[in-house]
Amino acid sequence: MADPHVPHEAEVVERIQESPTIFTLRLRFTDPARHAAFRFEPGQFNMLYLYGVGEIPISIVSDPRDEHLFDHTIRVVGRVTKGFTQLKAGDRLGVRGPYGRGWPLRRAKGRDVMVVTGGLGCAPVVSVINYVIRRRDDFRRLVIMQGVKHSDDLIWRSQYSLWSRQRDTQVLVAADAGAALWPWHIGRVTELFDRVLIDAARAVVMMCGPEGMMRVAIDNLLHKGVPEDGIYLSMERSMQCAVGLCGHCQYGGKFACKDGPVFAYPEVKPLFGIRGF
Amino acid sequence: MESGFLPRTRFQTLLDALHRAGYRCVGPRVRDGAIVYDTLTRAEELPRGMRDRQAPGRYRLEQTGNPRFFSWANGPQALKPFVFAPQEPLWRSERNASGEIRFAEISPPAERLAIIGVRACDLAALRLQDRHFQEGVVADSHYAARRRNLILIAVHCTHPADTCFCVSTGDGPRATQDFDLALSELDDGYLVQAGSEPGRELAAQLTLTRATAAQREAAAREIEESAKSQTRRLPSRQLRDALFANLEHPRWNDVAERCLSCGNCTAVCPTCFCHSEAEEPTLAGDHSRHLRLWDSCFTQGHSYIHGLTIRADTRTRYRQWLTHKLGSWHDQYGRSGCVGCGRCIAWCPVGIDITEEAAAICGGGTHG
Ligand code: SF4
Ligand code: SF4
Ligand code: FES
Repeated sequence: MADPHVPHEAEVVERIQESPTIFTLRLRFTDPARHAAFRFEPGQFNMLYLYGVGEIPISIVSDPRDEHLFDHTIRVVGRVTKGFTQLKAGDRLGVRGPYGRGWPLRRAKGRDVMVVTGGLGCAPVVSVINYVIRRRDDFRRLVIMQGVKHSDDLIWRSQYSLWSRQRDTQVLVAADAGAALWPWHIGRVTELFDRVLIDAARAVVMMCGPEGMMRVAIDNLLHKGVPEDGIYLSMERSMQCAVGLCGHCQYGGKFACKDGPVFAYPEVKPLFGIRGF
Repeated sequence: MESGFLPRTRFQTLLDALHRAGYRCVGPRVRDGAIVYDTLTRAEELPRGMRDRQAPGRYRLEQTGNPRFFSWANGPQALKPFVFAPQEPLWRSERNASGEIRFAEISPPAERLAIIGVRACDLAALRLQDRHFQEGVVADSHYAARRRNLILIAVHCTHPADTCFCVSTGDGPRATQDFDLALSELDDGYLVQAGSEPGRELAAQLTLTRATAAQREAAAREIEESAKSQTRRLPSRQLRDALFANLEHPRWNDVAERCLSCGNCTAVCPTCFCHSEAEEPTLAGDHSRHLRLWDSCFTQGHSYIHGLTIRADTRTRYRQWLTHKLGSWHDQYGRSGCVGCGRCIAWCPVGIDITEEAAAICGGGTHG
């Protein structure tokens, strides 16, 4: 029986510094057969292992069609992520995955797609945006909504401008506080819901970020007429095994690692927003 | 299927047969004032005449002079440590001078283990751990390797402790599943019942006499009386909806004032499966071991995600434990996660009683 816990060696092919605390590792399994067999869906994650330090769950942000490399965007938040900042091209690490259930991209085909994030750049939804833009004809309108505390927190700023110039695409960015030359809204991201143009009844909304932000966004979306089962959220919980065994990621009866991390809102609704779950 | 009667004077032949078949025998032994499972070579090492007195926050053994080996209910351990090790290495990684990393699984020792004196509640808990560790989307090879190598000799429970409530959870006192042999203990010996092919082979090696109708009746009566003697109970077998409808019940604050958040309850609970993973690099730095260790939803680290602790206080931790154990287990494994062994009641340093807390929150009495 193959042990589900053991990582496989991968190599850093390139390292991209996205912001002072955010960087992207572009990886390849060192075993070519393993690399060729590696398949994933946007929204799924890998467990990345830093030699001698430990493992962390990080979502895969590259395009599933890219057979050459797979990318992980990492924000420095703790001991293990800090260790990863030392890695450079040619360095080795361990990878196991992909794990979890990703975004409902098949369901979103032929529909309006809305992507909502808050907090510091949320890598999992950026992968969705890129996915949709690369397959623009498969989807209808694309609405991108992102809130940040301060305008300096918005990473991939040039990408947002680029996206806003695409056809049938609406980019709504808000910063609670902004520096000079900030082209977007100043204030809460939720103040932007009135400007959103979507076919609410058929739209598929995907969101990730702080749960308080998602709560407010859900209320606004429901008010606009988006059905509950048209809303999907990525739930962040502690994950150590990624295969439904260690119990850390439990959310009521769900295991975020295998039943999520992406959930349709009705699946998490009973406990959503209750402190302690 | 009943195989016959084994006089107590010949109990050693059972251990001998297991030893011959290559098993290490583990059975109840008295250690530091409690009955624990430990290596057993001679029948004389069994806790003859020992009786456990259990109450909330209390466990005490006394000698009754009774000739029986199994006239007690349970000790702090169940089968859990034998299949889901308290701490074990999962794999190791090695880094060479050019920075390449090699990974290798570390397999658990393939020791064949016979466990003697297994209780019905422990078998029910093992069934749940089987479902969790080896019947989900992935099978845990470490658990499975240990599980495969077990032979289980159950003893129907005739001496429940005051803390036991397996009748109300439907898990005891009679062992009905997953054993290889089950014994009914009488004053002069054991009715032997095989529950599997290895169990039948084992029974065939013992010189059993034919069981009499009187012995069978006595055994059945004892188990029935044992069931009747239990006074604790859970308000219902399906408490999920009641618990989740009462997430803001004032009782959560009340229990949080008493609970020390020590995690004893989760450590002794035979169904708790949470564990954390840890890395143990060598000082030389050429290799590192990846371990797993029992964890508890009562620890600060259990719900920690970079900078945010989802359950920072005892109230939300106790609520997580109870709503999971008696509630969301139904969603995950189709039944409650409690098998009524009472360990969390006896081994809680402040005597918190799960049946009382459940009744206070969900309504319904706990006694009678
Ligand atoms: S919750 Fe308590 S009584 Fe129930 S199985 Fe666990 S330790 Fe035993
Ligand atoms: S309920 Fe009792 S045993 Fe469990 S954590 Fe609280 S004090 Fe410890
Ligand atoms: S991360 Fe271990 S159970 Fe989900």
